[in-house]
Amino acid sequence: MIDIHPFIIFLAAIFTSNILLSNFLGMCSFLSISKEVEASLGLGMAVVFVTVLTAAVNYVVYYQILVPFEIVYLQYIIFIIVIAATVQLTEIFIERFSPALYYSLGIFLPLITVNCAIFGVALFMIIRKYTFMQTIGFAAGSGIGWLLAIMALAGIRQRIKEKMVPAGLQGAGITLIITGIMALAFVGFSGSVIIQ
Amino acid sequence: MTKIDIFREAAFKENSVWRQVLGICSALAVTNFMRNSLIMGLGVMFSLALSGFTISLIRNHTPRSVRMMVQTLIIASWVIIVDLFLKAYIPDASKQLGPYVGLIITNCILMGRAEAFAAKNTPLDSMVDGIGAGFGYTFVLLIISLFREVLGFGSVFGFTFLGDWWPRWSIMAMAPSAFFMLSILFWYIHQKYYIQVKK
Repeated sequence: MIDIHPFIIFLAAIFTSNILLSNFLGMCSFLSISKEVEASLGLGMAVVFVTVLTAAVNYVVYYQILVPFEIVYLQYIIFIIVIAATVQLTEIFIERFSPALYYSLGIFLPLITVNCAIFGVALFMIIRKYTFMQTIGFAAGSGIGWLLAIMALAGIRQRIKEKMVPAGLQGAGITLIITGIMALAFVGFSGSVIIQ
Repeated sequence: MTKIDIFREAAFKENSVWRQVLGICSALAVTNFMRNSLIMGLGVMFSLALSGFTISLIRNHTPRSVRMMVQTLIIASWVIIVDLFLKAYIPDASKQLGPYVGLIITNCILMGRAEAFAAKNTPLDSMVDGIGAGFGYTFVLLIISLFREVLGFGSVFGFTFLGDWWPRWSIMAMAPSAFFMLSILFWYIHQKYYIQVKK
């Protein structure tokens, strides 16, 4: 068990070890959704919400069910089921209580089940042996870090939409270069806080 | 289509990484060393081939509404086998790859091949398609990691062959270079093979 304040982990997860720019998680939806700012904001918010919720549920399930019954090797299946179930429940819940929010977030929720950032947070929390509060801080930071990265990329992509790009680089190529430059900027934060 | 055609189509012509832009997460994360890339690639190939086979085997008995969940669970079962195998026989590699072995489950390539191929074709064809897609993926990983390891550490598969006269590019060991190397690969391949096709 490492002794770091959850808030430090929260900050570190946003900046020094951004889940997307230094751990490369959640790239698929990152590359495909980041064409528009509004859609990116919607997906990013949904990711923050679901990451925190599923990390909390997964933490409890792992330490209260899997460890006592010695079925830790089933963790992948259990985590996936928990994530899928939580996303489904969230969808029903939001649809029932806030239709407005449902229309802005709703279409992104099914996409999130297969977002590796969410699953990655669950795996990192086990590997790094976080406590419950640290897990919450890490999950919130990771979600917000992801939101920050996708918003920044969407903003840049909208600016360069009309610009000339070499034919072979169009689409994924130029997006990866932009992401690389962003990652380079985030490398500047590294070393200031160490969380693993 | 013969089996060879299916393999070539899945491995090169419709390569998951450079053609469909799937599975980027792990293609970026594990390519700092060639050994990690090879192990990861083989793990993905194994899970792709066998999950393709299994999904195709029960494709006519799976209700449409729970299809995604069933596919995910089948993939997860095969990935658990890969993970346990690595933990037992190659523990140091398992430690280095860390969560990325488990993350094969959410690797878009597996879901993509399951949906696009295994859900419509016979078990053996799906298995060949899985091996092909896994081969194409391993191929991409090895190219990227070759450049990153030689430039960053002066070695190939952990064997150092460049002496001290070679300045180690520490940027190659860090995250940003993964993005740059992958985009350069994209650029080269698209410029060479796909631009004329489009016109």
